[in-house]
Order: sequence, then structure tokens, then C-alpha cells
Amino acid sequence: MQPTSHDFKSNARTALADHQLQQALSGLPTGLVAQRAAARDRLPEFEALRDYGRDIRNHCLDHLDLYLERYEAQVTAAGGHVHWAETAEDACTAILKICESAGAKMVTKGKSMVSEEIGLNAHLQAAGLEVVETDLGEYILQIRDETPSHIIAPAIHLVQDQVENDFRRQHQQLPKDRRLEEPAELVDEARQILRQKFLSADVGITGANFLIAETGSSIIVTNEGNGDLTQSLPKLHIVIAAIDKVVPTLNDASALLRLLARSATGQEFTSYTTFSTGPRRADDPDGPEAYHVILLDNGRSELLGSEFREVLRCIRCGACMNHCPVYNAVGGHAYGWVYPGPIGAALNPALIGVKEAGALANASTFCGRCESVCPMRIPLPKLMRRWREIEFENGDTPLLTRWALRGWASVALWPSAYHRLSSLMVRALRLGAGKRGAFTWLPLASGWTAGRDLPAPQGRTFQQLWAERQKAATKKTDATETP
Amino acid sequence: MSRASILGKVRSALNATTDDTERQATVAARLRDLPRVTPPQRVAAPNTDLVACFVGELERQLATVKEVGDPSEIPPAIAEYLRAQNQPLGLRHGSDPRLADLDFSAVPNFEVKTGPALPDDSCGLSYAFAGVAETGTMALLSGPENPVTLGFLPDTHIIIVPRDRILATYEDAFSLLSKEKGAGAMPRTLNLISGPSRTADIGGRIVIGAHGPRRLLALVTAQL
Ligand code: SF4
Repeated sequence: MQPTSHDFKSNARTALADHQLQQALSGLPTGLVAQRAAARDRLPEFEALRDYGRDIRNHCLDHLDLYLERYEAQVTAAGGHVHWAETAEDACTAILKICESAGAKMVTKGKSMVSEEIGLNAHLQAAGLEVVETDLGEYILQIRDETPSHIIAPAIHLVQDQVENDFRRQHQQLPKDRRLEEPAELVDEARQILRQKFLSADVGITGANFLIAETGSSIIVTNEGNGDLTQSLPKLHIVIAAIDKVVPTLNDASALLRLLARSATGQEFTSYTTFSTGPRRADDPDGPEAYHVILLDNGRSELLGSEFREVLRCIRCGACMNHCPVYNAVGGHAYGWVYPGPIGAALNPALIGVKEAGALANASTFCGRCESVCPMRIPLPKLMRRWREIEFENGDTPLLTRWALRGWASVALWPSAYHRLSSLMVRALRLGAGKRGAFTWLPLASGWTAGRDLPAPQGRTFQQLWAERQKAATKKTDATETP
Repeated sequence: MSRASILGKVRSALNATTDDTERQATVAARLRDLPRVTPPQRVAAPNTDLVACFVGELERQLATVKEVGDPSEIPPAIAEYLRAQNQPLGLRHGSDPRLADLDFSAVPNFEVKTGPALPDDSCGLSYAFAGVAETGTMALLSGPENPVTLGFLPDTHIIIVPRDRILATYEDAFSLLSKEKGAGAMPRTLNLISGPSRTADIGGRIVIGAHGPRRLLALVTAQL
């Protein structure tokens, strides 16, 4: 996918003016956010689990080479095949080769953000394969020719009417006067259509929420059951997963799974958590005849050795974006690449470059909500701040911002001059604002004042108020201490 | 080639070498000891009623749960459920002998088939390996006894869960699996099922019956 992250500002402006998008996003606070809070409150151990989960992931990363080797050995022992891919292109090539050598024509897919990252669908389609997304949200996006705007709720930017229109346009073979007013009716229609695809697919491709070194299993966590139909009906099951997905044991996965659904959708557990190990056994009557895992690096090994290693703890729950005021305002597409929200701002510059994605680190108020909910306790604001610094060091920060920063810094280096200047400014602003006590327009700040008034300072600076208060407090203590 | 290169990059990122015995020992110890996090109080507190917890949690997730005393009560309970749901009287199950022993002959016109699911099957019946009380979860093992497709193709999925195999945690279920099938042994597919198929992909509203079963019945029984 062609990134447009460098255009974040204009993407955001478009998003803010999009009424349907705003309506779709308005459900977040009472939806996923409230549900997570309720699930956390039902489990008193939640905060302790976050510490334990963070430690597991740190341990995995510290021993990643060894767990990957063990994982590979166990997959092979179970009769599966592991393919290592350094880049997106390597992964796509490997998957296409597997499909072609099986004579495949039709591929069904479970939801996988990594497959978005490597642009898998386009690659397979270009080679003449039919590729069908089976997660309902992903299916809707596929027929709209759009990308996911959220990592666990891919179609969260759409309202129901849009889906109805898409289905009427896409499913011309169905009666024109059919009822499609309830979500259930839309879900049912997709169910009928996709059933046929599940049954005729030659290959099923899924992602993985975790890979288990102990047993060589891959895990998918879903609610719809589409991932299970995708991987159980066709002859071939291919798993695409990044190398950072490996965890040591089933017990470790259990601890992380307790956090995942609760952080993501606020469910205690999703309807389906599925562990796949190798192809079907000799006497199994169903399941795939062959099982392949693509282990993708695509920049992770570099991240591992960098100051951004902590983002690799991410378990892709989506909580950081659900709680982000910027994401809530503009949605996921404005971020311009696969991973939106705070995790995208922390991860994307490493995957597609600071020049392209550095702007995302600026799309934050640093309110800290993302870090406060991240089950893996990833210090997202700290990482974003670091990307800002790198962007500045590289000279990629916009010129106006650089000048403004330089001007501010040159004064701030002289505290007494800074205080004098700011108290002058504050007084001037107060006088300038007059009786209104606020500005309706200010030079260089019309972006702010277009939407609201800027209240004027009340005449004294913070330092002045502070000094006065300190003085008053000392007087008071002196007074009480005097007998 | 890619393998050596990726592992090499990972090692150099970690400043590790291939002959680092200390790191190897740490990893071997974790894989041997299988450390566990402290289990949630909701199942770990003394005198917890695991069956009640299992039932309560599973019902919260929109499954139907019914407790039956004797295995002979299972066929009428299934027939009653299917009738109440307006479903055809019939089902398919795998070669699990405990399921083959169920006698549906008292239910008129009840059709029992065996084998993996076919597209037109209306109901699949599985036997759970274990239940997990903490979230009302059932562990199912794929194989000829309980083919995996039975839980996903039919509109109705019914799972029998023996009362005395309802354990506290996921870790307990995994350790039972190791004990009974051999250390670290896994079937092709291990399903942890905690409710019927659902989606919230259209306008964030929950709809039951996305791609998998539209309804899920768990029958908690004495051991068959
Ligand atoms: S960064 Fe944390 S909150 Fe965000 S998706 Fe990853 S694990 Fe979830």
C-alpha cells in the first residue's frame, strides 16, 4: 500500500469534515472504550497481569533467536513447513509459490494486518488468483477497495447505510427488493455469499496472534469463526506472521490471552481461540493436508537492536487507538499506512521511514492515555517524542516549526530574559484583548481561532503567581510558628 | 539463506552469539518449568464453585448452558433444544465412543450421522476435552472422534462438557492435555470456544451468527 502518512495534516482535515466518518467514530467512547473499562473492573488481577505480560514479552525479545529456532523445530516435527522472509517481497513470493505449486485458483483469507503490511492481496491477484477476505469487516473493505482503518475493527469508519449500498451494488444476483435494514440482515447476506467461497477455496491464509515455541502452534483469536473455516476447509493452510509473534509456552500465551480480548473488545475471551499445529494427522477426517508458516522480518530485527525495541512487545489489541483523542477525531485512514493510532506513530517510522511517517509522531497531544491502557505497558509517548527528535535531527521538521522552535529556544536559554519577555507579552495580550478577554483572531494562529476564541492571559505569568504564592505560604508558616 | 540472515540480524541486535550457554539454559528452563501467572481469584479462591463459574461466564457470552444429571438425559435435552429453536431434528458427530453410545431412538425421526461436517448439516455435536471455568471456555481437540468442522459449518453447535473436567484455568487444561496425550502433544487443531459466532463489524452492533454457528448449547453432564 502506498503510504500517505506525510500528508497527515491534509488527511486529517478531510477526515474532520467527513460527516459519516464522524458519526461512525462517535461510537468509540461508549463502545470499545467503555467495554474495556468494564472488563478490567471485573478482573482485579488486571494490572498485575499487565506487568507479567510485559515481562513475558521482554523475555521473548531477549531470547528471540532461540525461541524462533525452537518454534521452527516444533513446526517441522509436527509436519509443517517454515519459510523465512526478510522482506515483504520475499514473503509475497514465498506465498505465491506455495499457492502455485498446489495449483490453487482461489484463496480465502482470515484477518491479518501483516498481510496488509506486505500487500499480499495485490500480489496474489496480479498472478491471477482470486483472493477473498472472509472477516466481515475486511470483506466490506475489499468490495469497497479500501484498507482497514483499525487493527481489530477494520470497518469501524463506516456506518450501516454505507454497507447496505455496497452490498446492493456488489450482490447484483440477489433480489433488488430484499430487506437490508438490520445489521443482522447484512451479516446474513455476507454469510451466504462467503459460504460458497469457503467451500471452494484451495488455500486458506491466516495471520497469527501468537506463535508458541513450546509446541510449534500458531494461534488465531476471532469472534466470527471465519478464520476457522478459512483454515479447516481448504487443502492448504498458510500462516503469515512476523518474527516478534513468538512466545515461549502455552502458559505464557494464556497470560497474554487474558489481556488481549479484554483490552481489545472488552470481552472476557473471544468466541474462538484456535491453536493450529501442523497439517491434519494421518487419521483426521478434516483439516488441511499441508501447513506452511511464513516468518516475516521486514524491519523487526533492526527494531530489536534499536531504542524502539519496546514497540515489539505490542500484541495488536487496538486499545491505544480506541483511547487516543487524535484517532477518535480523525479515524485510522488519516494515518496513511497500515498501523494507525499511537502504535502506528511509534512503529510506522521504523517500517517505512521517518521521512514518510515522522509526521505521525506529531499527531499526538501527549496526553498519555495510550500508555495508560496499553496492556504491554509500551511507553508510546516516549517513543513518539523520540521520533520527533529524530525528525528534527534529520532536518525533516517543517521550516516554520524549526524557526519557531529555534526562536523560542534562543530566548529560553536565558531564564531572566525569558521571564521578562513573557511577562511583557502577557500584559500586552491582556491589554490587546480588551473587555472581551479573548481573541477572535490572532496572526499565525488563525487555525486555532477559526474554530474557537483564544482566551487572553489574565495579566501575570505562571512564575509570578508561583512566587506570590510561595511568599504568602512562607508568611503563613512564619505566623503560625511564632508563639 | 533468509533464515541465517534473519537469525544473524536478531543475534547481532541482541549482542548474542550462538554458543551463549547462559541464554540457552534460561530458555531451556522456561520450556521445562512452564511457569504460570497467579490464577485469577474468581477461580482460585478457596471453595470456588467451578461449575457455577463456568456456567455463569459462558451464559454472559450468549451461549445456552444446560446441566443434565445422567447421560441418558442428553438425547431428550438435545431434542428439546432443537425443537425450541425451530431446528431440524438431527445432528452429526464424530467417532467418539461416548457420543456413539448416546441413544436417540426414543426421539421420533431423529437423524444421527457421523463423520466430518458437510455443508448442509444443521447441527454438530462435539465432546469437550475440558472446560475452563474462568471464562466459560471449552477446549476441543480435532481428530476422528471430534472433527473440527462440526463446530463451524453447521448452524447449531452442541458441546458436551463433563462436569468433573471443568478446571479452573487455561493452564490447567493444557497441563491435563500434556498428562493425557504426552508432554507438549497437540492435535492439529485445539479450539477454545467461549460462545457462538458473532461480529460487531457493522456499525459496532453485536450480531450473533457471523460465519460459524448461530447458536451454541453446552450440556454439562456427569462423566459418560
Ligand atoms: S501498543 Fe499496546 S495498546 Fe496499542 S495495539 Fe499494541 S499492545 Fe495494544
